[in-house]
Amino acid sequence: MNDKTHHTGMTRRGLLKGATALGAAGLILPASYRAARAEPQKGGTFRIGLGHGNSTDGYDPGLWDNLYAQVFAASRHNQLIEVDAHGQLTPEIAESWESSDGKTWVFRIREGVSFHSGKDVTVEDVIASLNHHRGDEATSAIKQFFDPVTDIRADGQNVIVTLDAANGDFPYLMSDYHLAIMPGSDGKIDPNSTDGCGPYVVESYEPGVQASLTRNPDYWKSDRAHFDRVEILAILDSAARLNALMTGQVDLIDQIDPATIGMLEARGVANILSIPGNAHYVFPMDSRAAPFDDNNVRLALKYAIDRQQMVDTILGGHGAVSNDNPIGPANRYFYADMEPKEFDPDRARFYLREAGMDSLSVDLHVADAAFSGAVDAGALFAETAAQAGININLVREPNDGYWDNVWMQKPFVASYWGGRAVEDHMFTTGYATGASWNDSFWSNERFDELLVKARSEINEDLRREMYQEMQRIVSFEGSVIIPMNNNYVMATALNVATPERVSSNWNIDGFRAVERWWFT
Amino acid sequence: MHAVLVMILQRLGLGVLTLFVVSLVIFGATELLPGDLASSLLGQSATPETVAALRRQMGLDQPAPVRYWAWLTGVLQGDFGVSLASRRPIADMMSARLGNTVFLALYAAAIAVPLSLILGVLAALWRNSLFDRVANAGALSAISFPEFFVAYILIFLLAQSGYFPSMVRLSPAMSLGDKLYVTFLPALTLTLVVTAHMMRMTRAAIINLMASPYIEMARLKGLSPLRIVLRHALPNALAPIINVIALNLAYLITGVVVVEVVFVYPGLGQLMVDSVSKRDIAVVQAIALIFASAYVLLNLTADVLSTLTNPRLMRRK
Repeated sequence: MNDKTHHTGMTRRGLLKGATALGAAGLILPASYRAARAEPQKGGTFRIGLGHGNSTDGYDPGLWDNLYAQVFAASRHNQLIEVDAHGQLTPEIAESWESSDGKTWVFRIREGVSFHSGKDVTVEDVIASLNHHRGDEATSAIKQFFDPVTDIRADGQNVIVTLDAANGDFPYLMSDYHLAIMPGSDGKIDPNSTDGCGPYVVESYEPGVQASLTRNPDYWKSDRAHFDRVEILAILDSAARLNALMTGQVDLIDQIDPATIGMLEARGVANILSIPGNAHYVFPMDSRAAPFDDNNVRLALKYAIDRQQMVDTILGGHGAVSNDNPIGPANRYFYADMEPKEFDPDRARFYLREAGMDSLSVDLHVADAAFSGAVDAGALFAETAAQAGININLVREPNDGYWDNVWMQKPFVASYWGGRAVEDHMFTTGYATGASWNDSFWSNERFDELLVKARSEINEDLRREMYQEMQRIVSFEGSVIIPMNNNYVMATALNVATPERVSSNWNIDGFRAVERWWFT
Repeated sequence: MHAVLVMILQRLGLGVLTLFVVSLVIFGATELLPGDLASSLLGQSATPETVAALRRQMGLDQPAPVRYWAWLTGVLQGDFGVSLASRRPIADMMSARLGNTVFLALYAAAIAVPLSLILGVLAALWRNSLFDRVANAGALSAISFPEFFVAYILIFLLAQSGYFPSMVRLSPAMSLGDKLYVTFLPALTLTLVVTAHMMRMTRAAIINLMASPYIEMARLKGLSPLRIVLRHALPNALAPIINVIALNLAYLITGVVVVEVVFVYPGLGQLMVDSVSKRDIAVVQAIALIFASAYVLLNLTADVLSTLTNPRLMRRK
């Protein structure tokens, strides 16, 4: 069972990292594609301009749903476990974790960590923070992940979580951004409190406008949090974001329109960071509804899309072709050698004939709310599909209310995924039969069977085989067209330095640029 | 003076009635919006279970008339309630932003009103001259461009060269001078947008009067053209001008969301848009009421002022 034993410093791949070095995982890295960097320097006010953030945003960790909330949360909170820049689990408030059978997980809580209010982080705080997302009354977006959890209890300095079935990847869940450790009282956290044990202390916060934070002088990670102050600004207009960066009013911006990347680069006033990751854009089809209930029709559509052209035009080259695979190159068991699907109108026609059709006409519902460029992507898809005798009728939907009235309501739509660090997390969330985000309403017996088996499989090779078979099933029998993986594209001021490797797990260096980056 | 008092009271009463109707309309309209707060709050993370739990917590499972009545009685006692989305008191959320919006509106008005009056008077004075044509053409082209375009042009000319900030960041500790400096570009944008309307109304109202017999008389007496316009024409032209100014002030308070977005200005418009897209009905209603009140109050002021400028209305029994 050694594979499932996650002592401090042991990752799934068995890479041994010294316990003391782990806190510094972001810095002690093998020499990679760039020359060795100077030591991080302390000081400065780091101003981030994000294309997210609403005046309706709140503090409740169960409701965090946009990049602003995520980055702001990572600035003031810690979780039990952090995903480092290499996608490996790193101890945070949990000093170590282990399980002998995959069902009972023991998390040892770090001692000597305190909240901004001065109170020590206790086992009870951790349990209250986890329980906030669990139970019938919980409104948390990750409520369903706690369904298999039958019990959470304290044992000295340990938190013991019991599951109803073995799951070797359970610790990955503890790195979910919703699971901030907050002070509890009577077994409950105050969801409106800003108190945390993270790198920065909240000074002021006006939702949808800005947050100001100062460095936590008692932060337990001595080699992180290099900035004196952090300001996070909501700048929804992409031109305003660019202007703010170019006129030196902010140091980092996200979501750069692919059309402007070249122009920004040419001006030489900013560094562009384009980080490939697991994020992907998708076109889910309702597998219960005709004609999508026939896999031949789904395959015809999959061969009628020109993926490379999508990457070139919709992403401006800042991304990669995906083979209808929700598992990305940053995942451990990514099936890189799967037979690719080139744009092939003849093959699409062949599958149409297999389905007993000469031609096909379907409605595709799109809005840029699904992803930036979704409407253009739909138009491009319609163009290429026409060459295969498939008529895609593009229906433009309003951005407002898209997730309520279109996504998972209409049979053929556009959507996006942030990607997940673990295969099981991704598949369970979006592809298992009956999963609440299974947006193609797809069900495959063999897939479901493998999903459960792979969770508790000990043998690494067998596990890899299972996950690769699952990727194959999703790609060739699934009901979601995944044409591309989109990079996370950011731009920084010239004096901002990053570690050699920037995390591809989530945007903005896994939301943690605030504690990992520094000014030169 | 008695007549004025009665008129003000009448107008106020009508205003309250208007606000009541507005509140009904707004409530009905927000009810008609597709989707509900609970599911838009959870976004893509919405599942039937979480939505049901959240709806229960927020009282959204109550019928609409019950929720409307509860809200209306709260407002009458000065309590706007809490935001459904962030659970913060709405009064707190709005006060700072209302202050910002009013500040920007007054700033823009302080530039635009004197500017358009002067330009309008001069244009009327030198009717059909080169000045008149240039002023008209300039004002009309400024109003013809979309606001965001004017804003981007100003950013390109004045912000990228470093004279003024492209993004407005306000803090309570700022001095008035700093505030005027950082909000200069949005104020200038709004000035360009509203000037044409007021200027052309001033010009038209004065020109209209210039043909009347008493102006002819004044001219025959040998008065200077400037004196005729300022002392004889302008006082009689004030009523339509005041009305147009009031309309534009109301616009400056309620209609500047595009300018707010471009300059990242934390005003009420942005709060309104966010709240609509999040179905935060309580906030939408509160802001709509404030906007409606702004219109009612400004129109009331305009009515009163134009009555005061007209002796015939003042003396009427």
